[in-house]
Amino acid sequence: MRLAYTLAAALAAPQASLAANPVDWPSVLSEARGQTVYWNAWGGSEATNAFIGWVGDRVEADYGVSLVHVKLSDTADAVSRVLAERAAGIDEGGAIDLIWINGANFAAMKSEGLLFGPFAENLPNWAFVDGEGKTVTTDFTVPTDGYESPWAMAQVVFMRDTADLPDAPGSAAEILDWATAHPGRFTYPQPPDFLGTTFLKQMLVDLTNDALALAAAPESDAAYEVVTAPLWAYLDALTPHLWRSGRAYPATGPAQLQLIYDNEIDLAISFSPGEATAAISNGLLPDTVRTSVLAKGTIGNASFLAIPYNANAAAGAMVVADFLLSSEAQLRAQDPAILGYGTVLDMAKLPDADRAAFDALDLGIATLSPAELGTAQPEPHPDWMTRIAADWQHRYGAGL
Amino acid sequence: MTLSPSHLFFWLTVLILGGPVLAGLTGVVAGAMGHVPGLQNAIPAGDVWGAVWSWPGIGRSVTLSFWTGLLAALISLASATLIMAGWSGTLSFARARHWLAPFLAVPHAAAAFGIAVLIAPSGWIARALSPWLSGWERPPDLLILGDPLGLAMVLGLIVKELPFLLLMMIAALPQAKAATSMALVTALGYGCARGWLLAVFPGIYRQIRLPVYAVLAYSMSAVDAALILGPTTPPPIAIVILRWAADPDLSLRALASAGALVQLGLVLVALVLWRLGEIAVAQLGRSLAESGQRGSGRAAEIAAATLAATSGIFLFGGFAVLALWSVAGAWHFPAFLPETLSFRVWASHGAALVETGAATLLLAFAVVALALALALGSLEAKPHRCLLTALVYLPLIVPQVTFLPGLQAASLKIGLGSGALPVGLMHLVFVLPYLLLVLADPFNALDPRYRTIAAGLGLSPARQFWRLRLPLLLTPIAGAVAVGMAVSIGQYLPTLLAGGGRLPTLTTEALALAAGGDRRVIGAYGLAQAAAALAPFALALALPRRVWRNRQGMLHG
Repeated sequence: MRLAYTLAAALAAPQASLAANPVDWPSVLSEARGQTVYWNAWGGSEATNAFIGWVGDRVEADYGVSLVHVKLSDTADAVSRVLAERAAGIDEGGAIDLIWINGANFAAMKSEGLLFGPFAENLPNWAFVDGEGKTVTTDFTVPTDGYESPWAMAQVVFMRDTADLPDAPGSAAEILDWATAHPGRFTYPQPPDFLGTTFLKQMLVDLTNDALALAAAPESDAAYEVVTAPLWAYLDALTPHLWRSGRAYPATGPAQLQLIYDNEIDLAISFSPGEATAAISNGLLPDTVRTSVLAKGTIGNASFLAIPYNANAAAGAMVVADFLLSSEAQLRAQDPAILGYGTVLDMAKLPDADRAAFDALDLGIATLSPAELGTAQPEPHPDWMTRIAADWQHRYGAGL
Repeated sequence: MTLSPSHLFFWLTVLILGGPVLAGLTGVVAGAMGHVPGLQNAIPAGDVWGAVWSWPGIGRSVTLSFWTGLLAALISLASATLIMAGWSGTLSFARARHWLAPFLAVPHAAAAFGIAVLIAPSGWIARALSPWLSGWERPPDLLILGDPLGLAMVLGLIVKELPFLLLMMIAALPQAKAATSMALVTALGYGCARGWLLAVFPGIYRQIRLPVYAVLAYSMSAVDAALILGPTTPPPIAIVILRWAADPDLSLRALASAGALVQLGLVLVALVLWRLGEIAVAQLGRSLAESGQRGSGRAAEIAAATLAATSGIFLFGGFAVLALWSVAGAWHFPAFLPETLSFRVWASHGAALVETGAATLLLAFAVVALALALALGSLEAKPHRCLLTALVYLPLIVPQVTFLPGLQAASLKIGLGSGALPVGLMHLVFVLPYLLLVLADPFNALDPRYRTIAAGLGLSPARQFWRLRLPLLLTPIAGAVAVGMAVSIGQYLPTLLAGGGRLPTLTTEALALAAGGDRRVIGAYGLAQAAAALAPFALALALPRRVWRNRQGMLHG
């Protein structure tokens, strides 16, 4: 039982008044100067940490904003902190100014009224964002309503070691066939890890005949059973052939890289098209790894930045969010030698020089071009993910 | 009667031990009843508990925690006892005790990572045997890490708890009059080991009972070792609680609170069982003593050597692999050594490591200094020993993951924001009990006649403390400071929650980076963590030797 109804009952939360008004950008800039912004972001990737360090140097130089990266092992820690602060009546001067967030954490904070905004569409660089072609105004189908600003695009790709698996599997069924023929060579992060649940969603999207049903919350328990039945049949067939026969799973996405490196597994899911190239150049993956998408396409979404309602430096946080939307920052993030994250910008809206810089970017040996990635499939409504993750726990996570 | 300074310290200690945990526990009980701080509406308590008991795999999680905790504590204590019985008093033991420091200093997470890179199917042991002996060209698909019985996790716990108990036993030696007893039983013709077990151990155990209980409680609720080495389908209850507490569905925090009460109940049941076991073992010991058999002790010596060597190999071996990984370039299976070397990790993290390390040590030192004053002051006062004994357990038995959020809310309410002050106070809550545990028995076992004689010679209580008891207790105090600093350095959740993430320590940085699973970075941070905690231990061993270089009898009994 999820007890989610209490959240629904708690919807009527107070909204904070806007300390810094994003509509008046010059005043935001002057207020931001001298502020220290505490950016709470997952600290598990060296590449990301280095990128955030660079952002800090740049906003210090250009806007006099000093940026501190608070490295989290779980974004939910930041949610807990804001929640604890509100419980204690600390409605201003909170410890967190900016959070790298998406999906369920965003949905929870937004519905609890824990976010500052709306601000995203008032950022000057919003003008260059691809609002139509990319899913930057919804987060796992939940409308962002300006409460979070996108900074990178992600899309599911499958990384494989071509030394052992030369031909990319093009569908869920082909993954099963290959795994059955090669037991112990495939696994996925253990749900509720977000990449693990992403794998489940990706398989569901690939297997289902009823893609439309996934766009909204399940209509009924019966409908949920019908739509997810192919997924469970699939996993029942797949699990005995997984790494460790499905009795243990890697904890996170990066833990899979290590398994490929050690030649324990040959195929793994990633939510970042550039991750494999970046990992090869950092020595975390063998240089025989390549990426692919499924024939019907793969799920895509955006990474966002949100500001807590009680942020101490909301103006500085907005300046950082705006800087991340600049061509300079987006270009650097997309460079596979740095991060390899997809850009949220619309090439057609950019000045010629910036567009040329993006065109000139060498995406690296294991990164698919935008054309090869194709159009991203939409994320299913978050209710599907919640229920699937809980059911997975019952079926495969609770022991014999 | 006027309130003496020591009474002031005592009541401050009571406040620091009891206050935060009670505040946190109040939050836990409220949470288990469905009242989650920050959530606007309460959840019916029946729903909370119904959800806990119907959670997939909850029965196995509970059983797993119970079994692994008891097993880890039992093996740790038995091994420590055997090692002491077989070795204490020998020359090689006097040398070997110096090697305890690194064991103790290594934070749990680093030790667990070391064991993981050692015993995994792709680990160093498998590499050493492949492919020439095993025939493995790629790592075998074996369930070693995260085995359903939790044995890998038990190993990770033992490697850390065994040296802790050993240090406690060594600290207790002088007061247990080990040397005198041993002279007596040896003269009666007993073998060293049997004589030690029958004559010295009962006195030692009486002094280390509290640390043993702490080991039991910790082993049942450990998070670090469980996350890195423990099973996940399903995980131990402490990890389930952690997941509930971190779930984006905020209503699951009520389940986390209820889970904390389950964990608390488990620990209490285990303590009762343990107490019954103590009585049974005491009976056994008495009948053994009455039988009059002398025993040769060879077997115990061999067992002691084997146990000490095994845990040494796991810890140092794990460390060696972590060190190798931190400088490894390409290192594929089944290569035994890295194919290329790279100092990229040290180059890119070196400056941050030094900076964070200095901050971590400074914080630990400040916390321990404060805690030491409180601990000594309240032990001097000892008006309500039982109260103190009971309170020491609170922060050690209640799982951190659940009473901390309640405590965080409370500390925010009284105006402690974020930064060094709340972090230091939060560390104090965990450091102070360890200091009291380490110091209480040596302090209380101090021969009361010293006090009587000193009073007879006209020394004021304060002078008695400074001139007599403090020097007599120098060895345990130095050990306690080192333990306290290691505890402070190893804190993860309290640092993160109280600091709002604004005071990074080596441990918070290491665990954040560990989420990325890059063995090279984990290796570098694991070594740095251990180095930071090692320095105080080296001092703790060196200081009494330096001060008492002309008084051998002050070092140990």
